[in-house]
Amino acid sequence: MRRLIRGCLWLTLLSLPIAGAFGVERFPPPEFDAGYKMPVTTTPPARAQWLSYLDVAVLMAALSLTSYLVLSKRSRDGVLAVAVFSLLYFGFYQQGCVCSIGSVQDVALALFNSSYVVPLTTVAFFLLPLVFTLFFGRTFCAAVCPMGAMQELMLMKPVKVAAWLEHALGVLPFIYLGAGILFAATGSAFIICEYDPFIALYRRTGSFGMLALGVAFLIAGIFIGRPYCRFLCPYGALLALVARYSKWGVTLSPMDCIHCQICDTACPYGAIADPMLKNPHPDPRQRARRRMALLALTALFIVLGGWLGEQLSIPFSQAHATVSLAEQVAAEDAGRVMEPTDASKAFRQTGQPVEELYAEALRVRGRFAVGSVLFGAFVGLVFGVTLISVSEPHERSVYDPDPADCVSCGRCYVYCPKEIVRVKRIQSKDVIPLTPVRDDPKG
Amino acid sequence: MDKPESSRRQFFNGTVRGAFLFLLGAATTLLFRRSQTKRTVWQIDPYKCICCTHCATECVMHPSAVKCVQVYPMCGYCKLCTGYFEPEPISLDTGAENQLCPTGAIKRRALEDPYYEYNIDEPLCIGCAKCVKGCVLFGNGSFFLQVRHDRCVNCDECAIAIACPSQAFQRVPADKPYLMKDREHQA
Repeated sequence: MRRLIRGCLWLTLLSLPIAGAFGVERFPPPEFDAGYKMPVTTTPPARAQWLSYLDVAVLMAALSLTSYLVLSKRSRDGVLAVAVFSLLYFGFYQQGCVCSIGSVQDVALALFNSSYVVPLTTVAFFLLPLVFTLFFGRTFCAAVCPMGAMQELMLMKPVKVAAWLEHALGVLPFIYLGAGILFAATGSAFIICEYDPFIALYRRTGSFGMLALGVAFLIAGIFIGRPYCRFLCPYGALLALVARYSKWGVTLSPMDCIHCQICDTACPYGAIADPMLKNPHPDPRQRARRRMALLALTALFIVLGGWLGEQLSIPFSQAHATVSLAEQVAAEDAGRVMEPTDASKAFRQTGQPVEELYAEALRVRGRFAVGSVLFGAFVGLVFGVTLISVSEPHERSVYDPDPADCVSCGRCYVYCPKEIVRVKRIQSKDVIPLTPVRDDPKG
Repeated sequence: MDKPESSRRQFFNGTVRGAFLFLLGAATTLLFRRSQTKRTVWQIDPYKCICCTHCATECVMHPSAVKCVQVYPMCGYCKLCTGYFEPEPISLDTGAENQLCPTGAIKRRALEDPYYEYNIDEPLCIGCAKCVKGCVLFGNGSFFLQVRHDRCVNCDECAIAIACPSQAFQRVPADKPYLMKDREHQA
């Protein structure tokens, strides 16, 4: 009988218009006769705050230790040990988040959008490696970054990448950096996190596409030294820029280089630069003309990039949720689209006037109009500067790691015969004095 | 000849380094003003959720860190639970053909007649909100989605929050990480 009543009640409710979208109390909770203990809904706590401070402390310690091992101890084995630790801690334990590479986007969003509150930990992850690089070179890349560590450990049979290809692919990190900042600063998406190839491996979960991408990068990394770091990493682009002016860095014994070229062969990252002796150009006037032409070409690239950016600003802006929602709502109102999306349905439920949505979307488009032009011009500048740096190589007299490309892995220490002797000679003192980058050989 | 050029380069490098340090310092002061020490985490406002299923598909974790929870004081303990059963169930039992949940994550247990208890088996739940929709439309709405913080990695830019069509995702203080429904709010 009771069952029948309840069934009828349920049927009547079905035929009633639905009162509220979020549920109302239709069936008063029962009062049980005896002995029923109501379960409690579990609420697993969030990660404790002190753990995020621990992350920063570990980052600081790892950076200091790696810098010491690379520059003073000159220990390749030590660097590898820290790399294994970083891979386990920052990679598999911390699941790759928060990381310095992605923090670029948080910082960009916080700088351009005053309403975004950036966590302090993220700021620390952005700043600390930059400051360390400014003084000690890219020791962060050597063993602290879990992405770098993973690829460092994967490299088995390095093949040389042709110089022209290396230069050509070298522009990609800067373009990726520019795009990452554009989409983050406009509040559209964090593309650097979204397309991070290794994060799915650290979390051991993810879409098939991202897992496959991660495995593909790892397999490529067996033969090509650090494919992500060299040809994609946007934070690496930033660090390379800063490392050019670092106070100290990886140097090979410059006093007695015997030009054996072993270091050049040993470096899997193409960071050891061939000596370029001062060789005055046969025709100084021709050289000046070429310089002028390159500068003009760079200016042209910047203008062209800016123009292309302007053309692409509207498609770019569709990455922003508000813009795509406004376009959908406008298309529905104009009768061009019949099927409403979840977002447009939810928007109409809120009762917010359409004009407000359109105004907000136009504001976002305005931000994209400026951002896309700047992004395009920046890409043009990167192309121009790359051309100039290729045609005007730096003059040097010994084999020397280029601080911008060198990730401080310490391989060359193990291979340079003179360095081995030097380290042995000074080992009694245990600590090797820091050498400034590009120490003058004759000075 | 070499000496002055070398020191000139060192001076230039030092200057640029100083400029970089200044820039970093300026950025730090700006960022510190816009940062906070208080940790926040993501959570779903159950009163804004429209059960669109994005939680199941957009999360970087697979299965999603969003799962269904059951608030027992709100539950009607119905025999015919519209969050548990298909719209037209063949019979009111635990047969898979009658269940709404695609992974069989809701456990149904008979109490004193005619009441039944419904529990979520969390490891099985994928956060698709099918049961939430059923419960909200015809029941008390005691099933709803919450971000489970034992699974959530707290991305600074939550992938579900971006995809959420009703802006139900918001940041909440880490020491109060859940937005639970309650009977008072409902009434």
